[in-house]
Amino acid sequence: MVPLLWPWRATDIDPRAFLSPPSAEHLWGTTQAGRDVLALTASGLGKSLVIGLLVAVLATALAALVGASAAYLGGWFERSMLWLIDLLLVIPAFFLIAIVTRSAESSSGSWWLLVILLAAFAWPLSARVVRSATLSLREREYVLAARYLGASPLRIITTHLLPNASSLLIIDATLGVGYAILSETGLSYFGFGVQAPDVSLGTLISSGSNLMIGYPWVFIAPATTLVVLVMCVNAIGDGLRDAFDPGSTPGGL
Amino acid sequence: MTVLEVRELRVSFPSETGQVWAVQDLSLTLAAGQILALVGESGAGKSATALALMGLLPAAATVSGSVRLQNQELLGLDDREWSKLRGRHIAMVFADDPSALTPVYSIGVQLVEAVQIHQDLTASQARTRARELLELVGLAPATGVFEAFPHEISGGQRQRVLIALALANDPAVLIADEPTSAVDVTVQSEVLAVLRRVREHSNTAIVLITHDLAVAAELADQVAVLYAGRAVEVGPSTAVLGAPRMPYTIGLVRSLPQLDGPVGPLPVIAAGEIAATGCAFAPRCPLANEECRSRRPELASVTDGYQVACSRQPQVEAASPDALFAAPSATTAPARDAAEVVLSVRGLKHSYRRRGRGWDAGRTVMALDGVDLDLRAGQTVGVVGESGCGKTTLLRSILELSRPRAGRVMVLGTDVATLTRRSRRDARRRLQVVFQDPMAALDPRLPVADILAEPLVITGWSRAAIPGRIGELLALVGLSHDHAQRFPQQLSGGQRQRVGIARALATEPSILLLDEPVSALDASVRSGVLNLLQDLQAQLGLAYLLVGHDLAVVRQLADQVVVMRAGRFVEIGPTPAVLTHPAHPYTVALRQAVPSLNPTVRRAGLPQTPTEELPPAALHGVGCPYRGPCLRRAGLAQADRDRCDSEDPALVLLGADHRAACHFTKPVAQ
Repeated sequence: MVPLLWPWRATDIDPRAFLSPPSAEHLWGTTQAGRDVLALTASGLGKSLVIGLLVAVLATALAALVGASAAYLGGWFERSMLWLIDLLLVIPAFFLIAIVTRSAESSSGSWWLLVILLAAFAWPLSARVVRSATLSLREREYVLAARYLGASPLRIITTHLLPNASSLLIIDATLGVGYAILSETGLSYFGFGVQAPDVSLGTLISSGSNLMIGYPWVFIAPATTLVVLVMCVNAIGDGLRDAFDPGSTPGGL
Repeated sequence: MTVLEVRELRVSFPSETGQVWAVQDLSLTLAAGQILALVGESGAGKSATALALMGLLPAAATVSGSVRLQNQELLGLDDREWSKLRGRHIAMVFADDPSALTPVYSIGVQLVEAVQIHQDLTASQARTRARELLELVGLAPATGVFEAFPHEISGGQRQRVLIALALANDPAVLIADEPTSAVDVTVQSEVLAVLRRVREHSNTAIVLITHDLAVAAELADQVAVLYAGRAVEVGPSTAVLGAPRMPYTIGLVRSLPQLDGPVGPLPVIAAGEIAATGCAFAPRCPLANEECRSRRPELASVTDGYQVACSRQPQVEAASPDALFAAPSATTAPARDAAEVVLSVRGLKHSYRRRGRGWDAGRTVMALDGVDLDLRAGQTVGVVGESGCGKTTLLRSILELSRPRAGRVMVLGTDVATLTRRSRRDARRRLQVVFQDPMAALDPRLPVADILAEPLVITGWSRAAIPGRIGELLALVGLSHDHAQRFPQQLSGGQRQRVGIARALATEPSILLLDEPVSALDASVRSGVLNLLQDLQAQLGLAYLLVGHDLAVVRQLADQVVVMRAGRFVEIGPTPAVLTHPAHPYTVALRQAVPSLNPTVRRAGLPQTPTEELPPAALHGVGCPYRGPCLRRAGLAQADRDRCDSEDPALVLLGADHRAACHFTKPVAQ
């Protein structure tokens, strides 16, 4: 948190205020440890956003590459990729991520592991969607023209197939951000996922939920932030899609 | 008796740049039993007119004027009132599009539904009526169409069913929107015959909407030529299409490749925008003067029932059509040595398995059944045939440059089966393709410069040399430097196809495969692209393998013609020989089915084409691929007919280089 905007940092403890309700000094109140809720929420929001964006970018990139290559190359590559996708789809991701993050407990870099695991389980479904979109593009004459010019598969995929599927990829990536943030908060809420000393919206909601009855601000602040965040991400996705794809009608997905 | 009267119809759509006028001040009258053709290019307002007549315009459109059907005003009716009229008094025939029939109901059920919506009939009465309708459009009960589902019948049969559906309640007016644009030429002539029969049978008035002047000439009594939303010439079809008076129509008729016209460069209508003030055609008109640019001419009667919107009528009459739209002179090819064979195909076969369900699922279809072809430098071989005959498969199998299942393909003397990865890339440089639909063939996300740079980058041109080469290519196909930064959707159809040709030429190929290069283009730009192809061939000594369904277009370019059916060559020979003395009954039928601007000349001596249609897959296999609808076979003794069924006819030499595959063809005198 930039000190100029808000005097408190997430790690600061105010010994004069334990569980104090929102006031001029602590706008969103404090926790039982005397930490400023606004500063904590901001820090958790930052972590959740970073995780969400990273997961979405990684998963969409992987999905685009695998989906488009599978559709364009066909044959044994396509079959083995589809098999891998089906395999990943039947693995209970939540359970597996929970076990892995638990065993790599309490090192402050462990959220990286969470990003990789979430991305690893997020791409298969999108890859299927990208594949079916690419299948219809593959027979377009401009793709054939490039092929008959001797363009390499990589070139065709990157210059013709993916740019023409870009509106789909953008929607997919934004939905992915929402998905990743919700998965991360869900995992962290149950004590998996992000581990102390890192904080995320999930860990904050988790710790705040115990105090819900008497000290609602500790819970309401991160929970509301989460809802607003996911709504914002989806609105951005909608806007980007309208900007990139003139054919789509505003509003619906 | 006038059944339909349109007065000053105006249709506009909102757009980001303000109202866009699709139709302006259109007035038409149509008497019972009359056929009126609305002809025009894309964007001329034909479809908007049709939709306005049917009350099917989108809600955003603004319509004014008057449309009176049997003295009832149609504009301003609400949806419920429209529903009582549509299908009952005015009905529409859509172009054959698989989505025009509901896939989950049988044809019979859909016809019965159409009949029962407006008439209070019992189920059995409705079924009887439905069967009558099918007979009217030439689908006898024996064809089994009544029980069939839409995907089980051929495109020609579907188009007839669509006509039967429109006729279900004996409407006074039938609107046929491009009824033949999606079907093959032999089916087209049958569909036109059905529409003619419908008019005679029930005195229905028909509004025919078409981009094809020859189709209008074949069918219509009256023709209205539309340009930029306005009627520019209205009159009897023989007069309008035979001796037009509006420069636009004169240009269209003159630039149309025709089977009985001269071969060589065609007259071209100059490219130009649609003018906002004055005569919309003025920027493209050879006779335009200041008055044309400033004041819009109104439709004025020239003779009784013949109107023209042109303020330069005296000058048009004084000038000969040849002078108005003169054919450019042909580029003469520099003398070359005896042309070498650049592409040679021997015994090429290609087969695929039929997918899906149905009686022929899993069956192997021979898309190419052993074809031989030689293409020489500087020459053009034209491959003609109807959809599914294997002509596109032939192009694709050559373009793959990989070892065929059976047979041999030699490109520039090298067997493609022996190509390595590196030499294949080199061969690709020498063998290029121009596709049918330039909109689909150009990546919509790339500007023209990037589209043209792609082949250069792939073939390893240096970055510094690429911009210069792009300029050369644009100049070669008649485009300017300004076009380099535009996107495909900002170009006109003709310009897009020129970009497609420029891309194919980028790597300096010696063989160009042309896949229906002008069939997706508007009539007024078609001749320009054809001339360009002829010029390029003469300049660069290119060899063309041209695939097309339009005999007149193929005739313009090709030195040699190949006629294909069911994966086999049934006739091959020099273009004049094949088209003037066709030896195979299929070539004869194709030749006769082509609509002409002078239908009276053509119709004399046109045999009644039998309407028996076999499913395409049944034609692949043993026996003559044309035995189903063959007229020659119909006149044979039973023993000879059995020969057609059981023995593959081989290509037999008939005259100089002219071969046909029919057991019962005699050598023709040339």
